[in-house]
Amino acid sequence: MQQVFQRPVSLKDVPTHFCPGCQHGTIHRLVAEAMDEFGVRERTIGVASVGCSVFLYGYFDVDVVEAPHGRAPAVATGVKRARPDSFVFTYQGDGDLAAIGTAEIIHAANRGEDITVIFVNNTTYGMTGGQMAPTTMVGQKTSTSPYGRDHAKDGSPIRMAELLAQLGGVAFSARVAVNTPKNLMDARKQIKKAFRYQVEGKGFSFIEALSTCPTAWGVTPIQANERIGGEMIDYFPLGQFKDTAQWKPQPPPPAPVEQPGALSFPEFMNEI
Amino acid sequence: MGRIEIDETRCKGCGLCTTACHLKLISLTREINVLGFTPAVTTNRERCTGCALCAQLCPDLAITVFKDK
Amino acid sequence: MSQRLFVKGNEAVAMAAIEAGCRYYFGYPITPQSDIPEYLSRELPKLNGEFIQAESEVGAINMLLGASATGVRAMTSSSSPGISLKQEGISYMAGSELPGVIVNISRSGPGLGGIDASQADYWQSVKGGGHGGYHIIVLAPASVQEMYDLTMLAFDLADIYRTPVMVLADSVVGQMKEALVPNPRPETTLPEKDWVVRGRKEGTEQKIVKSLFLGDGELEAHNWKLHGKYDVMREKECRQELFMTEDAQLIVTAFGSVARIAKTAILTAREAGMKVGLLRPITLFPFPTQAYRDVTGQCKKILDIELNNGQMVEDVRLSVARDAEVHFYGRPPGAGSLPVPEELFEQIKKYY
Repeated sequence: MQQVFQRPVSLKDVPTHFCPGCQHGTIHRLVAEAMDEFGVRERTIGVASVGCSVFLYGYFDVDVVEAPHGRAPAVATGVKRARPDSFVFTYQGDGDLAAIGTAEIIHAANRGEDITVIFVNNTTYGMTGGQMAPTTMVGQKTSTSPYGRDHAKDGSPIRMAELLAQLGGVAFSARVAVNTPKNLMDARKQIKKAFRYQVEGKGFSFIEALSTCPTAWGVTPIQANERIGGEMIDYFPLGQFKDTAQWKPQPPPPAPVEQPGALSFPEFMNEI
Repeated sequence: MGRIEIDETRCKGCGLCTTACHLKLISLTREINVLGFTPAVTTNRERCTGCALCAQLCPDLAITVFKDK
Repeated sequence: MSQRLFVKGNEAVAMAAIEAGCRYYFGYPITPQSDIPEYLSRELPKLNGEFIQAESEVGAINMLLGASATGVRAMTSSSSPGISLKQEGISYMAGSELPGVIVNISRSGPGLGGIDASQADYWQSVKGGGHGGYHIIVLAPASVQEMYDLTMLAFDLADIYRTPVMVLADSVVGQMKEALVPNPRPETTLPEKDWVVRGRKEGTEQKIVKSLFLGDGELEAHNWKLHGKYDVMREKECRQELFMTEDAQLIVTAFGSVARIAKTAILTAREAGMKVGLLRPITLFPFPTQAYRDVTGQCKKILDIELNNGQMVEDVRLSVARDAEVHFYGRPPGAGSLPVPEELFEQIKKYY
């Protein structure tokens, strides 16, 4: 017999700290598989966010920079501009990306930064104990919406994949889920597509992955998974919202000049 | 013909694999593993086709799959 | 180099950054520092560099964090309210031990305050403006030439100590035009950046730039390490200017733009036969404590002058000899509050 399913090389062989049934582990694996497939591991720089996914460097066998809460797209911008030959991805939760980090994600996307953003939407702040997130469903009870999210008071959940698809700099935006084998296979394809955009220098690519948080939702992992296939996909439909290379392939910029430059001054600085 | 191996020390007993198996060959035990969870185990192993869907859904990469070529 | 140019202080900062090898600038417009991003937006593309006008000061400081993590020289600049926004990123950079240069052409506050010259950001700059109990090196230029020289130095200090370094000035030195000798970048031995993220090549170690330390004892050890660096800075990096202090009966102390005005007042006092000198700290962190201790061995009267209600004076009091008297004169920043030399001469006479 031959082994037919194995751990991607880009993912370290360590147990994760994630709760039972949490799909961060599955999404990590799909991202690592894409890294393996494109052979980008040795030039990948991951940008970790704040939340359950902060320990990115513990699981991915790549160089990682840890960003302040919500700022991963700005940090990734700095990384990619300084090292345009690197493969740069951020991995952010919904509190991080869709609340505190809205300015950073929208503008990184709008500038068409050549990075890939993996956005994990589990409709709650998992790490801090299950508070209401911008993606929390109307009526969903959380530790800070004990009567259920009220549309009149708290607004409705933000659909980030659709929102970002509006922006000129965005080349690719899709929403995926890993709740069933079929959706998972599709998620794998979409993540690879998002990677391909960056590998080919075609601009900003965005993956929103629906995920479970059985612990914060207060349900069993199987019930949590069923919720994805039910009310979550109803509100957050799966699919591609944009799939256009907006960015012309550009030759890689020359290596940064780090030696002292020859002193040259604009004309208005008159010699005296 | 296939075979799966579940790493009992990595399994958190979430049960997602049990929903993936069309032949219902996986179930959770009542025994507690080193992590304090009740891990998944296989029954009727000879019927496993090696489709690997259980492994695909496992968030913890606790399942290794083998298949006859 | 014998060339002399006639430039603005803010332009001198930008020129020095380029000469220091900085090719990455991330910023956001705010008066009175916008000449810096304007200059660099024009010049950096010619040098294959990157200029990004970020969505906010928060965005800019985090772009600096990301670029710095890859090992390049990078900078940002802003003014007081924008620097408040950058404090989050500065704390993360200090915690992650990332070099980077932050220029604060400060303005008056609190809140939106005004755009006038101000020294009200002393506390914010030297006491650790963000959370967590850290320090950054703070350099206080008093002339266009120093804007250039200290910006150049800032990049070296940032690399040597793996720390953010702030150049703290105000619109007096930022907007003023003066003669500048644009010295070439000095030869310096810098530590190898073996910690940067550039992609983990097979057979090399994974590089992680982070400030989260959850393991038992890890964070305490990390903080001891950071504070050990601050002790080395205190020992090796203090810089100050001493002007006519040898025979002084009264020593005026002031930093940045105010020190220039004080110098004029001191010269007036000397003409009047009064033995007055100046101690001007150039590094605000590390604070040149020893210089204060030394001068107050002889001269027991110190007059601290600031364009605020008294901030640096706290460090002066902690630094002087036990039997020295420290007097303070200051005005809160705002339109019309920049003192004139005659006003400071009156204060000198009062305490002489």
